Amino acid sequence: MQDLTMQLRDTARSLLRDGKVGLVIGYEHGSVLLRTKPCFVRNADDTDRLVWSPLCENNIASYLLSIKGRTAVFVKGCDARALLCAISEGQIRREDVTIVAMPCEGVLDRRKLAERLQGRQISGGTVQDGKVTVVGQGFSESYPLSELLPVGCVHCTHRTAPVFDIRIGDAAPEIEAIDDYADVKAFEALSPDEKRAYFRQELASCIRCFACRQACPLCYCVECFVDQTQPTWYHKTGDLSDTLLYHVVRALHLAGRCVGCGACSRACPMGIDLTVLNRRLLRDVQELYNYVSGLDPEAAPLLSAASPDDPQEFIK
Amino acid sequence: MTIVDQQTSTREIETPPESDWEPRIVAFICSWCSYTGADLAGTAGAQYPPNVRLIRVPCAGRLDLLFVLESLQRGIDGVLVVGCPPDHCHYGEGNLLAQRRFRLLKGLLEHVGVEPGRLHFSWVGASEGPKFARVASEVVESVRSLGPSRTLVRGMYAASRSALVE
Repeated sequence: MQDLTMQLRDTARSLLRDGKVGLVIGYEHGSVLLRTKPCFVRNADDTDRLVWSPLCENNIASYLLSIKGRTAVFVKGCDARALLCAISEGQIRREDVTIVAMPCEGVLDRRKLAERLQGRQISGGTVQDGKVTVVGQGFSESYPLSELLPVGCVHCTHRTAPVFDIRIGDAAPEIEAIDDYADVKAFEALSPDEKRAYFRQELASCIRCFACRQACPLCYCVECFVDQTQPTWYHKTGDLSDTLLYHVVRALHLAGRCVGCGACSRACPMGIDLTVLNRRLLRDVQELYNYVSGLDPEAAPLLSAASPDDPQEFIK
Repeated sequence: MTIVDQQTSTREIETPPESDWEPRIVAFICSWCSYTGADLAGTAGAQYPPNVRLIRVPCAGRLDLLFVLESLQRGIDGVLVVGCPPDHCHYGEGNLLAQRRFRLLKGLLEHVGVEPGRLHFSWVGASEGPKFARVASEVVESVRSLGPSRTLVRGMYAASRSALVE
């Protein structure tokens, strides 16, 4: 991992020094233990701030939407796919971005770690060689990273960028299990009453901060439908119906675009598992239209293409 | 049938009759072939239940999925979307675009608890008056058998929420 960080810094330094890019986006250590934050480097002398580890959890593709000029970005597989999706939608110009593919073994799910810690405070922690090691007063424990992965990483099918300009490290090992959407199928089998009850319970804690929308690299509308007032689709009430409406529409607006990175769920301060909605659409999109987003920057977006061969079993 | 403003048409049916419940269904119908087909059903004297309210849209592709969600929030029990048959779209492929979007919406709404029998999609051509009458009747029966809508309806979650807090 140290090695990757060194290679990353070298790459960033030479890209900036040679004037190939004006800006590098990566990650640096955060002010909180076991956290990183996005890092923006414009000067070749500052590249030592950059780091690479399974703590690099934000989907940094989102920053490219608001940045002009040539930029290099150090990406995990999911970041790259979101970026390629935004390119295919005409939001980012491919020639402006230098995609540096990094190997990814999944990111650390802070909530799963917190469950293991059961309220104990940690004073230090590292993630290295697939092991998460934490130390605190009177304890030192180590867990396999594979047990502390968020939903998005558990089901990840593309760990390294499918399209890139530079690759650092080896390509991540192939994923043995192809995503079979067993979780989606299990949820689908519930009765409508059970599904309603689940969302009633799950969304009751939603405070509508829209962090899920902000964290998503593909939620880039200049004016979100929740902010529109003429007409008002989304009402600022305490009614759970409006919360559900928001979450349904958020997921729908990502249909055929979502890459399943799970940035929305990780951003949620209330710990709501939003992937339940997103993964249903991922499954449908793949099963009905044989479409996987974010693999080809030239591909037409799913919902702006039509085909007479689409399944029509639901049509009267 | 006159074209009514969407706001008025949904507001008018906002208060549900508590006793002897009748399903209320909104049909978003393309003004080219499908509306002509529905008109033909009328002129031909074909019978279909009056529970279906038509909202004419310039093309099925004009259907914003928020229309469907807004209808459900306001207590509509079922939604029918009617487009021109494939190859008959006045704008080329608006109907096919609508079909994809609708299929994904239907799946997602079923995932949050909307019964499969509440959301329907149909192709109706300009000469298919009887088909429109048949589809409308089928939709009404399908929704009737499910009873009043309980997902997304505004106000419906209020009681349960306070129960959860306790």
